[in-house]
Amino acid sequence: MKRLPQILMLLASLLLAGLFIWPMWRITLVAPQYPNGVTMYIYINKIGGESESTLQNINILNHYVGMKPIVPESIPELQYFQWIVLGMIVLGLLAAIVNRRSAFLAWAVVMTVLAAAGLYDFYLWEYDYGHNLSPDAPIKIPGASYQPPLIGTKTILNFVATSLPHTSGIMAGLAIVLALAAWWLKGKTESDEKAPARRARRAGARVHAIA
Amino acid sequence: MKNLIVIRNLALLFAVAAGVALWSGCGQQGAPAGKSGALSSSAAEKVYVAPGEKDEFYAFLSGGFSGQVSVHGLPSGRLFKIIPVFSVDAEKGYGFNEETKAMLNTSHGFIPWDDAHHPELSQTNGETDGRWLFINANNTPRIARIDLSTFETVEIVEIPNSGGNHSSPFTTENTEYVVAGTRFGVPYPQQDVPISSYAEKFKGMLTYVKVDPETGHMDIAFQILLPAFDYDLAHSGKGKSHGWTFFTTYNTEQKHSLLEVAASQRDKDFIAAVNWKKAEEYLAQGKYHEVPARYALNRYDDETHMATSTIKDKVKVLIPEECPGMVYFLPTPKSPHGVDVDPTGEYIVGNGKLSADLTVHSFTKMMQAIENESFETVIEGIPVLKYEDVVAGVVKEAGLGPLHTEFDDRGYGYTSFFISSEVVKWKVGTWEVVDRVPTYYSIGHLMIPGGDSRKPQGKYLVALNKITKDRYLPTGPELCHAAQLYDISGDKMELLLDFPTMGEPHYAQGISADRIIPRQKKFFKLEENKHPYAAKGEKEGRVERKGNEVHVYMTTIRSHFAPDNIEGIKVGDKVYFHVTNLEQDWDVPHGFAIMGANNAELLIMPGQTETLLWEPKAEGVYPFYCTDFCSALHQEMQGYVRVSPRNANVALKWWLGEEEPVQ
Repeated sequence: MKRLPQILMLLASLLLAGLFIWPMWRITLVAPQYPNGVTMYIYINKIGGESESTLQNINILNHYVGMKPIVPESIPELQYFQWIVLGMIVLGLLAAIVNRRSAFLAWAVVMTVLAAAGLYDFYLWEYDYGHNLSPDAPIKIPGASYQPPLIGTKTILNFVATSLPHTSGIMAGLAIVLALAAWWLKGKTESDEKAPARRARRAGARVHAIA
Repeated sequence: MKNLIVIRNLALLFAVAAGVALWSGCGQQGAPAGKSGALSSSAAEKVYVAPGEKDEFYAFLSGGFSGQVSVHGLPSGRLFKIIPVFSVDAEKGYGFNEETKAMLNTSHGFIPWDDAHHPELSQTNGETDGRWLFINANNTPRIARIDLSTFETVEIVEIPNSGGNHSSPFTTENTEYVVAGTRFGVPYPQQDVPISSYAEKFKGMLTYVKVDPETGHMDIAFQILLPAFDYDLAHSGKGKSHGWTFFTTYNTEQKHSLLEVAASQRDKDFIAAVNWKKAEEYLAQGKYHEVPARYALNRYDDETHMATSTIKDKVKVLIPEECPGMVYFLPTPKSPHGVDVDPTGEYIVGNGKLSADLTVHSFTKMMQAIENESFETVIEGIPVLKYEDVVAGVVKEAGLGPLHTEFDDRGYGYTSFFISSEVVKWKVGTWEVVDRVPTYYSIGHLMIPGGDSRKPQGKYLVALNKITKDRYLPTGPELCHAAQLYDISGDKMELLLDFPTMGEPHYAQGISADRIIPRQKKFFKLEENKHPYAAKGEKEGRVERKGNEVHVYMTTIRSHFAPDNIEGIKVGDKVYFHVTNLEQDWDVPHGFAIMGANNAELLIMPGQTETLLWEPKAEGVYPFYCTDFCSALHQEMQGYVRVSPRNANVALKWWLGEEEPVQ
């Protein structure tokens, strides 16, 4: 039980490895002509779909309203985000090894900042795709923009777009929770260890008072 | 006294009124459903497939003289697709585009039409497996194989030494073979002889076409030389009779003129029982004659998207006199049409079309008679078994003109009667008639999903009718043929639905949809496209000239062609448009049509390449466009080809967009 915070910290850093296996986010577009929807998966280092051709099919749909084609090779974040994740895994493992409260908290805080920055970056890309439209678009609707939601559901022309975290995104969120839990439990166990001395001091004080 | 008469008259009046009420009540309840059109609401519910819902079964109906296969859903009867098989189809470019012309090649050259008769699903362990559908061409003898992942014809093999491939294709229980039997006796070998030499010079050939269990590829394994009877229909044994095929015969009189009289004289014709496992043994022992025979073997490749035709030049022929135990004749009344084997494989039903009875032979009794060598006579080395030795029972006076029988999974046979225009249900084993329903009108074949396999799915029966007369809105002299759907799940057969069909369906096959749906190909992968003229991206779009041949490598994607402007074509050029559909999604074909084309359009599936030959005859600028409504900008999917005089000096140029050359 005494080792629990350390184990939690270890788990937290290992959970990040999921980012290299499963998608972290998904966007599903549903329309009458697409009853099963077209689903795009966003990974830490690539953009995929249910099939190899999903991205092509989404780009074909997007081009009618003048959206830029999504070309994963042109998105630099897909190149360097993975190194940051790798760094966080290493730091998390180090935090588990040194087994210090402050290290757990520091890791959780850095992760939270990174996650928030990542989401903001994702929002900026969505904004860019949704607003930065070609002036030659075959279909132009005055004032319309096609930015998908960051999280949740939104109607965009004939499509209902739903954007939600996926497996490894949820795992990364869980990693922060586990690191915070490790920090909190570590604090609790350390204070329990000091508790007998405190009680002794308090008991001594009472003796003095009576005297 | 007077009062008495009044009372009596009143009583009579009441009685008559009551009778009228009773009669009209009966009329409403018991009117023949087919005639009055007053189907019960439960029948409507049974065939109603709500919008967005799917049918439970696929039904594959032959097109007869349309040469094609139509795909319907059951119980709704809705038509999904016409699969071009033996006839050209301008809609799909089948037989018109450069890739599929070879599919219709034969030893007689290119043949644009045939008469498609009997669809037959592939089977594994006697059960339909949803892999392939085979169908025969009657006029210029052939067998085709349709791939049920693409619903396209992928192979056609010609049958030599035959005239009229009618008793075909009828698979064995693991699709080891599909068979062919000549309906018309023809000279063997084919030669210039007097028709009156029929009895001496003419023969009847049965053919076994081997099917590769993995690829489905067909080729002729062997032929069996028989007397020049007319071989009408067939079915292979199953279960205990696996290893045998049964062929009906008529014209055992061997006449060649006024057959309607001359070929209907004998009380009994034959069912030919062929032990094909024995034939395989003789083949392995080398007891065959390799004889010259020209036939075409045409295969379509899903990766090159192209058919190739190979002309073969010999076949192996087995002769019964040299191969004892391979063929027997079972006497069967009278000019039998269908020969149908029950799900257990024990009973062989001869549908004697000029009689009122159904003759059922026993496989066990047949084997016993063969063992006892109890023969009535021997014809050209083929022992004729004694009728009373092999007959298991007779369904007596069931109707007039029995044609064809299928089975359910509850021990009943269902036989179509052409002349009395009805379906008769009878019990296998006791041979008693238990039910009958009229058909509208003149039923030919009938179909129960899996009804000629070891595992029938006896929920519905489809009657394939030859005549519709007053059943539909009239359409001039030619009226539609039609199918009728019956619910056979209860004790009584119940008519549920009429629906018109394409051409004249001779036979059909049904299969539960769940055996087909998982096999569906949604599109062809572009990276697997091995067509020699494919352009796998817009950057590969180009035009190349080789003398007066011009090859246009063109792509399609929503919503443009690349290139879409071409100059430098000259009158007298042969322009090949090789169009590759770059789409990689389900249900996004593009079409290609160009003004003045003497052939057809192209209809290109995603990932596929197809080629249209265009020979411009006059200078000018000609538009081309997409014919398949593909997107919101489909109407903008168009382009131009500039055609200059033969001696002009216009450079070959092509582009897409604002004067930007594609290259």
